[in-house]
Amino acid sequence: MTESLIPVIGVVTDIRIDTPDVKTFRVVTPDGKKAFEHKPGQCAMLSIPGVGEAMFSITSSPTNTEFMEFSIKKCGCLTTWLHAMEVGQQVTIRGPYGNPFPVDTTFKGKDLLFIAGGIGLAPLRSVINYVRHYRDQYGKVDIVYGSRSKDDLVDYKEIIDEWMTTEGINVHLTIDREQEGWDGHVGFVPNYVKELGFDVNKTAIICGPPIMIKFTLAGLQELGFNKTQVFTTMELRMKCGVGKCGRCNIGNKYVCKDGPVFRCDQLDELPNEY
Amino acid sequence: MKKIALSKLNDFFAAIAAEEKLYLPVDGEKGTDYKLWSEGVTYSRALNTNRSAKDFFFPQTENIVDFKREGKTIEVIDTRTEAEDFVVFGVRACDARSFGILDKVFLADPVDSFYASRRAHGTIVTMACTRPAETCFCGAFGIDMTAPEGDISCWIAEDALWLSANTEKGEALLNKVASLTEEGDTAAVDAQKAAVKEIAKKLPLQNLPTDAFKGDVLLEKFNSAKWPELSKACLGCGTCTFVCPTCQCYDVFDFDTGHGVKRARCWDSCMYSDFTKMAHGNSRNSQVERFRQRFMHKLVYFPMNNGGEFGCVGCGRCLSKCPINMNIVKVMKSLGGDAE
Repeated sequence: MTESLIPVIGVVTDIRIDTPDVKTFRVVTPDGKKAFEHKPGQCAMLSIPGVGEAMFSITSSPTNTEFMEFSIKKCGCLTTWLHAMEVGQQVTIRGPYGNPFPVDTTFKGKDLLFIAGGIGLAPLRSVINYVRHYRDQYGKVDIVYGSRSKDDLVDYKEIIDEWMTTEGINVHLTIDREQEGWDGHVGFVPNYVKELGFDVNKTAIICGPPIMIKFTLAGLQELGFNKTQVFTTMELRMKCGVGKCGRCNIGNKYVCKDGPVFRCDQLDELPNEY
Repeated sequence: MKKIALSKLNDFFAAIAAEEKLYLPVDGEKGTDYKLWSEGVTYSRALNTNRSAKDFFFPQTENIVDFKREGKTIEVIDTRTEAEDFVVFGVRACDARSFGILDKVFLADPVDSFYASRRAHGTIVTMACTRPAETCFCGAFGIDMTAPEGDISCWIAEDALWLSANTEKGEALLNKVASLTEEGDTAAVDAQKAAVKEIAKKLPLQNLPTDAFKGDVLLEKFNSAKWPELSKACLGCGTCTFVCPTCQCYDVFDFDTGHGVKRARCWDSCMYSDFTKMAHGNSRNSQVERFRQRFMHKLVYFPMNNGGEFGCVGCGRCLSKCPINMNIVKVMKSLGGDAE
């Protein structure tokens, strides 16, 4: 019998330094393949045996047939270890876990508005690149992305070289405070969203620090958005990934299997414990 | 229905133990707990064990997988072995129901292979209660203490053990001990059932208010103003979760043996502050929130996902073990509108 708690081996084949505290790791199996297929918004458990195991969103798009990528912020025991890795290091991987964004249903044909703060871009990058791959199946795309500083923008090169040059995609970058060498927008994401004043027929996808999500959602509602048009992805402590260990339980939902993607009106039915 | 004279009980145990491991309640210095039967061990007819019977299928700690790390390479070693056949004798109706609740978690897709293997190899022989305690409230959850579930149900009446198989596994076990049993009518058992049901009716907790937790009550109960008062004295010791037959939350941790890494899981408790602690914060920072989580899960969240079945079987262990005398009964009475 297969056992979801038993992982397989992954090899880190590339490490990209995104920001002072975020690196993007490319992972394949020892024979050079993807460990498994996933859908945009799903997650995987990565581990270094003896150090720990944790859930990370898969930042690469499923349309990438060669490898999976994980953008990871250094903030705890395991992530500090991962940041110290060199290319060629093996890790363990299991997944995919959770419900994806409804890219093949609700999002189809819609104008999409992605709003991300800091490392919150990681789960959305998978969706954005999926939408870029199937460009003709979606409407206009707007991406509002903000960080503390220019140096804290994750995927910066890809945003400039690939996203900004894709037909029908508008990228709106912002940083929290003035910085030398930055002539773009300065200000917090929620305020910038309101300033930009988006059309209310869009479907919005938000990910970032809880406080950013809270104020951005309020801002969108001021603009006339309904919560049923807004999706987000959540993060809680997880151990099993399959709805059994009990850690990510909120109300009658388990973030690992019923989430991590939720429509914002669905969150109103749950206790505010996230 | 089969019967065995109580004078032959030891032969009955010996016959089972000759083929597979047999566990049953045994009295000890610290009360009654399940022990492996061997010649000379006496079955205890105490009302219930200190620890629940969940250990047999979901042990407190178990190895999941081993790893070897060398340089940059990692080896995954699947250490799983098929469980051995075993029999648990003397399980009470409340604990027997708890297996069905654990099944809904561990046998749901994707199946937990560790639990499933033990479930497949374990035969549960239950024992009807004759002297329930004031802390018993299985009846509130629709459990009949006089007709426990399990692969075989047993009654002790009129100097005999009466057995009735409920499953193929139970039939198979009865066949193995066929030479010791004889056919009996149900009169003695029926009389006992009727008498015990009369006792049960008089128990103070058998009619706890459960209706208040049915339907669309999640936010109403979650937002109740009563939680701070109810949880005020909670020490967060987690005893209630460890003795609980239905608590199934677990932690996964790695242990470096010096020769490799053992990954294991062990029981965990939503009552502990570390349970939801992450690098960037904790979603349940106070004991009020953690206390509320445990009871909301048993009384509202679990039933919502499982056709209304509550995550409590009324065994009463948390009532007798809690150091500050707080328990699910008080929570149900308070939130169910029957505060005393």
